[in-house]
Amino acid sequence: MRYLPKSPADRELMLEEIGVRSVDEFFKAIPGEYRLNRDLKVPRQMAESEIIDYFRDRSQENAAGYSVFLGAGAYHHYRPVIIDALVQRGEFLTSYTPYQAEISQGTLQAIFEFQTMICELTGMDIANASMYDGSTGAAEAILMAMRVTGRDQSVIARTVHPEYREVIHTYLHHRGMPMHFVGYAEDSGEVDLDQLERAVTEQTACVLIQSPNFFGSIEDVEAAAEMAHRKGALLVVSIGEALSLGIVKPPAAADIVSMEAQSFGVPLGFGGPYDGVLAAKEKYVRQMPGRLVGETKDRNGKRGYVLTLSTREQHIRREKATSNICTNQALVALMSTIYMDVYGREGLKDLAKQNLAKAHYAVGEFARRARVLFPRGKRFNEFVVQTKEDPHAINDRLLEKKIIGGFALEKFYPELGNAALWCCTEMNSRAQIDAAIEAVQG
Amino acid sequence: MKPKSRKVSQHVTQNEALIFEKSSPGKKAYRLPPLDVPDVDAGKLLGEQVREDLGLMPEVSEIEIIRHFTRLSTWNYAIDLGMYPLGSCTMKYNARVNEFVARLEGLGNSHPYQPEKISQGALRIMKTLSECLCEITGMDVITLQPAAGAHGEFTGILLMRAHHESKGNPRKKIIIPDSAHGTNPATAAICGYEIINLKSSAEGMVDVSLLASLVDDTVAGMMLTNPSTIGVFEKDIHRIADLLHDKGALLYMDGANMNALVGKTRPGDFGVDVMHLNLHKTFSTPHGGGGPGSGPVACKKLLEPFLPAPVVTTRADGRLGFEYNRPQSIGRVRAFYGNFGMFVRALAYIFANGPDGLRQTTEDAVLNANYIRKKLDGIYDLPYKTGSMHEVVFSDRLQTQNGVKTGDIAKRLIDYGFHPYTTSFPLIVPGALMIEPTESESKEELDLFVDAMKSIAREVEEDPQLVISAPHDTRVARMDETTAARKPVLRWKPEQTNEARQSPKPELVETR
Repeated sequence: MRYLPKSPADRELMLEEIGVRSVDEFFKAIPGEYRLNRDLKVPRQMAESEIIDYFRDRSQENAAGYSVFLGAGAYHHYRPVIIDALVQRGEFLTSYTPYQAEISQGTLQAIFEFQTMICELTGMDIANASMYDGSTGAAEAILMAMRVTGRDQSVIARTVHPEYREVIHTYLHHRGMPMHFVGYAEDSGEVDLDQLERAVTEQTACVLIQSPNFFGSIEDVEAAAEMAHRKGALLVVSIGEALSLGIVKPPAAADIVSMEAQSFGVPLGFGGPYDGVLAAKEKYVRQMPGRLVGETKDRNGKRGYVLTLSTREQHIRREKATSNICTNQALVALMSTIYMDVYGREGLKDLAKQNLAKAHYAVGEFARRARVLFPRGKRFNEFVVQTKEDPHAINDRLLEKKIIGGFALEKFYPELGNAALWCCTEMNSRAQIDAAIEAVQG
Repeated sequence: MKPKSRKVSQHVTQNEALIFEKSSPGKKAYRLPPLDVPDVDAGKLLGEQVREDLGLMPEVSEIEIIRHFTRLSTWNYAIDLGMYPLGSCTMKYNARVNEFVARLEGLGNSHPYQPEKISQGALRIMKTLSECLCEITGMDVITLQPAAGAHGEFTGILLMRAHHESKGNPRKKIIIPDSAHGTNPATAAICGYEIINLKSSAEGMVDVSLLASLVDDTVAGMMLTNPSTIGVFEKDIHRIADLLHDKGALLYMDGANMNALVGKTRPGDFGVDVMHLNLHKTFSTPHGGGGPGSGPVACKKLLEPFLPAPVVTTRADGRLGFEYNRPQSIGRVRAFYGNFGMFVRALAYIFANGPDGLRQTTEDAVLNANYIRKKLDGIYDLPYKTGSMHEVVFSDRLQTQNGVKTGDIAKRLIDYGFHPYTTSFPLIVPGALMIEPTESESKEELDLFVDAMKSIAREVEEDPQLVISAPHDTRVARMDETTAARKPVLRWKPEQTNEARQSPKPELVETR
């Protein structure tokens, strides 16, 4: 087996030095009746070329070379090639969590830079070293708000990603923590602020909104924050499309921001691994789940970085920890860090503006043939199109042109009828947008 | 002081500031293609929601980014550099073919919501991996959705809870041995359970009679790591399972130590009801400096109705698809389908090994741990004499007589060119040295490790201060963690720049 660095003679010699006749002696503690005395029924050992052939075949059964108009929590943006060149360096790829600071300064400094950039972009004071993804991050943010406030109810906008809401439900309902869902305004697609105001009470730990929300509408974060704060609740803002922060005002009025940073250089990868981010106001740092990297000095006064405030974490606090989270998404967060460096202060703005322009163009063109919902809403790169025809039928026609159309909303928002959520990024050319619109029957 | 080691010698590394300290207005590492639709006035479209400025986001060129991260990378230790004997972490070789296939266009760049008919390749990979993992664990069904081991524990305990709820009562308690990883009690707590701490027997194993006295119909189940965190197989495993099952409780197995079992025995055969796997341990997906992981949860048929939605299913026409309609499901634990990229890598690992390779891998992992045990027994104290499987746990009892603790020995190991073993865990061994070599080490590398450990033991006798003040040859010495926690500095701010530039003098490479 090509990954195993021992010759048969090495094994013999080692067994001899240990003083046993066969490796089976080490497995004697396993009662005989549970020892597996046959081969596992898994495919036979393959050559590297065969492995590549197998996955190439699977890759070809999957869409490749399509023009994608899907967003809905996973965004198709250009990935600079230096990202994969750098994250595949073995020193990043094959290292463990940086507990041993003296030989992990590379990972630690990179995370410190990541935390800093996330703070800059979100308007928060602190950010952790990453969460599993945007959905679990949002659930953790709510639990964090509950620890801060000592309350156990949450008010959640229906315009938060439906799958995020499902995950949140899984995290909360079995513990009997009540969730109140709030609808949206028909003209803007934004959370219905009147409903929201009524839903928030003295028992509310937090309000969760998403901005831009699942329909692509940018929420009035300040108004939501005021309503939450008036009752002593926190405001949690979930961001699904991180690139929006290049051109949309950061949710600085929030207390906690939970973001999916997949847009920053992380491949679509059929849904994962992605890059959850949790950022907050400084005063909540001790209730923050996950790892944090801090700056300090070594014994000789030299600047360096360490994992810090670990008394919040499970390996120290066990059942009293802020979360059971142990791994994070370090390598994916590194992709995002490199991406943010590549585009930087000007590029993120330029790129976000291109997205804005593409979506604005598409909205104008779609409006000629169908109804673009929520006209009063301010949008970034997503919008909802309502058609006479079932969006699945439209999408079937589009597939023949190698175009993947919008996300049909009927499953999560049956009240919207034949509606689909479309997304335009810098990856969608004008010709593709025009071709997609042509398939929509007026 | 530099140790006499055949493993390492000195080499020059580059200094590197924070990226923000290299930033300067007008530098760029990108160029966008020309916009092919009419340009827009963002201020007009977004009104008061428009953002004018991105604050301190860096402005740097491409070569600076390449050098920045390449330099940073050289400050890390890694499996690719040498043995990484972190107990309980299974730091094995991460094959490059895994990285290659995960990046194939149709896999790396497919959207999770693209239609099923153009997702058959991804679905096939999920199905094939599921079948392989069920066969390896001896379980009936599996969900690949959990994003990491602890997330898998969360999913598994919710499955257990849903099972009890379907019988009318979720029950109150979960039994967890005192040797368990910290995630176990943290998980049980977030699932709303009270934790019963089970004291280990004198052999470091489950005390079966004590367990018997604790199990009643308020107990939902037990979370057990097998082999245990001291690397020992629970020989009474089936009695443990029977004790629980007799009272309607279930047995959860933490699969962190599955690298000791693959191809030799199957948890499903010895009474486990539900377990998680760590694809980033046993199945070689890279740790990446802390993640991403992947924590599939395999279980027996009785828990199938409760699995998170969606599950992969075969349609009438033979095509694969996602089944969402699962009324008894615990719900989703993550958006989309889990860490798909890790599924690709794990399956590539299984293919590269086949049944014979998987078994040989387990045997080599166990052989390596026992070799280290044999060579270091007596030089370091072995608190539990029970036979080791894939890892061996020593204690620092002999070395503390000279004032040297496990953490010091671990730091000194760095000077010898190794990553430290796991220190101070499990909690049942005071001053633990938890060593898991994995199958990926050659006899030569193991001998270097053994020599290093012996040499450090001698240093403890002759010059304990040398060990206590280690490491000596790293870029930074031991860090001031107290100040880091007391006055947390969790992000860079410009005012720190001057201080940082002034206070530590420019580094000079010491020539030896």
